[in-house]
Amino acid sequence: MALAAAPATTGTKVMTYAEALNEALREEMRRDPTVFVMGEDVAIWGGGGVFGVTKGLVEEFGPDRIRDTPISELVIAAAAVGAAATGTRPVAEIMYVDFMALAMEPIVNQAAKMRYMFGGKITLPMVIRAQEGAGRGNAAQHSQSLEAWFAHIPGLKVVVPSTPADAKGLLKTAIRDNNPVIFLEHKVLYFTKGEVPTDENFTIPFGVADVKREGTDVTVVGIHTQVLEALKAAEELEKEGISVEVIDPRTVSPLDVDTIVTSVKKTGRLVVSHQAVEQGGVGGEIIARVVEAAFDYLDAPPQRVCGKNVPLPYAEALEREALPYKDDIIAAIRRII
Amino acid sequence: MAIAAEMAGLTRERMMDMFRSMAQIRAFEYRAYELYREGVMRGTTHAYVGEEAIAVGVCSALNQDDTITSTHRGHGHCIAKGGDVSMMMAELLGKETGYSHGKGGSMHIADIDKGILGANGIVGGGMGIATGAGLSAKLLGNGKVSVCFFGDGALNQGILHESMNLAAIWKLPVIFICENNQFAMSARVQQMTAVEDPSIRAVAYGIPGSNVDGMDVLAVFRAATEAVERARAGQGPSFIVATTYRFLGHHVGDPLNYRTKEEVDPWREKDAIEKLRHYMVDNHVATEEEAAAIEAEVQANVDQASTAAKAAPDPDKSILMDHIYA
Repeated sequence: MALAAAPATTGTKVMTYAEALNEALREEMRRDPTVFVMGEDVAIWGGGGVFGVTKGLVEEFGPDRIRDTPISELVIAAAAVGAAATGTRPVAEIMYVDFMALAMEPIVNQAAKMRYMFGGKITLPMVIRAQEGAGRGNAAQHSQSLEAWFAHIPGLKVVVPSTPADAKGLLKTAIRDNNPVIFLEHKVLYFTKGEVPTDENFTIPFGVADVKREGTDVTVVGIHTQVLEALKAAEELEKEGISVEVIDPRTVSPLDVDTIVTSVKKTGRLVVSHQAVEQGGVGGEIIARVVEAAFDYLDAPPQRVCGKNVPLPYAEALEREALPYKDDIIAAIRRII
Repeated sequence: MAIAAEMAGLTRERMMDMFRSMAQIRAFEYRAYELYREGVMRGTTHAYVGEEAIAVGVCSALNQDDTITSTHRGHGHCIAKGGDVSMMMAELLGKETGYSHGKGGSMHIADIDKGILGANGIVGGGMGIATGAGLSAKLLGNGKVSVCFFGDGALNQGILHESMNLAAIWKLPVIFICENNQFAMSARVQQMTAVEDPSIRAVAYGIPGSNVDGMDVLAVFRAATEAVERARAGQGPSFIVATTYRFLGHHVGDPLNYRTKEEVDPWREKDAIEKLRHYMVDNHVATEEEAAAIEAEVQANVDQASTAAKAAPDPDKSILMDHIYA
């Protein structure tokens, strides 16, 4: 008698972004015994992690594989490089992306360059997770969005999920990837909910943007919270008969330029939005790539709806003023339509 | 006649291998200087001349699958750990046949199969990597030991504190070897490091710290062997400061305006290669002729390597964008 094929688990479950990340870690650690987690307060604090991403993992995998570290961001990142070079798959956590400033040397000079410098003779399967973003009154040293720092370095991959499903699928891909991956979560998104595939083989490839909403009049490319803000803007403008296409690149390195260019060729208009400050941001890069590839298709100047060029202030009234929201996206669209 | 070698914890062959390795490093480094001055080498090169006993003494205490992290002055570590002299020389000349197809050059040679996790262009850059290699060894339970070589100039990099503390609290099999060659470029160690004896910093991490004569390969070997045994037994890291002297400049272009011949000469009299030669001859481990034959052999290796490197092709432009990602 032939064995029945294992039933495909095609279902979904509603969970938060933080829970989806937790499930990705749990599944990958079960799948591969060389995967381990290290970072500040990932094991004990509140049952695992300041935002609960590593919750319950130490109970299942033990303190060897879920390691609380001292407050030493530099060696957390550097030890991840050394561990990845010698047969394990570290998932290191830097509690806030702002603290990455303390960990840049091993990421930029070592992890990103070793494979190239050594002529392809080393692989570094490592993930560095951090959360970024503003909106919770954490002020200037706990609110930045720094994806552009890492996108500027060849040798790194940079991931910026906006939904629970993307968070899970992309983190699983990151852990299975044989390159250094900077996985940037957003602190405001941890509590958002969505349908997440339960299939343990569910992964999302890097470099594939997701069209979150189809439209014909204007393309809005958003990162993290700005995907959600763009979707709200699209819903509101639909009532006026303006059709907005919303694209989430999901990874800023590699960047899926084709999907964005294809969209702009259809709509003729482009707005990019991220919380990161406008100057030197990924938005400028996206616009440059579109202008190079589809200048003749543009009916109006591309617009940036980004964080203002200022350190993030504490007071709510000031923080809101520094950040881009739905109404700012709507205003930008109105300027070019 | 092998008694003297056995007393040092070595077979006669292994002691002669140590001599060969030290002589190989020196011959390689002098040839690198010549090639630079001939104008066939780009960038720069940092010679390990005078410090050979440290790399060789430490690596002689390791297994092939143990790992090391090296420094900008890395040729000696690479040779001592079994690196291929021809591939190194070709890399120095930026040739296709080099370790990295010419993409790394002098400061970025690695040989993962030999446990060489790379020279490093960042002072202190290997410290955290070595700590991570120790963590990996502990997690995998494979018994490997991780050695971190660094110079006195790296003593004051913050990563050393973070690495030593992490290795200590997790009892990682890491051996921190400071090669105190007295200078960080032009800066004297006494001028830049607050304590006279850097090894006392080990107290701050609750790990053993010791000093060893870096001009005596057998002393270095003994100290390293002890640290390796401790690491393999799961007792955690050690810190060894090996006192030595950089016979040549920081790099090939060093103006050397910060020290005198009168200072250098007494150190040259302590030459570790000569010391081992005398030890071997005096104790009948090897004859003068055998030692001379080894020196001729390593010189021939270097001649062959540099001739082949000069004749080798440049890397093809088509490989520029290869090896960025796996």
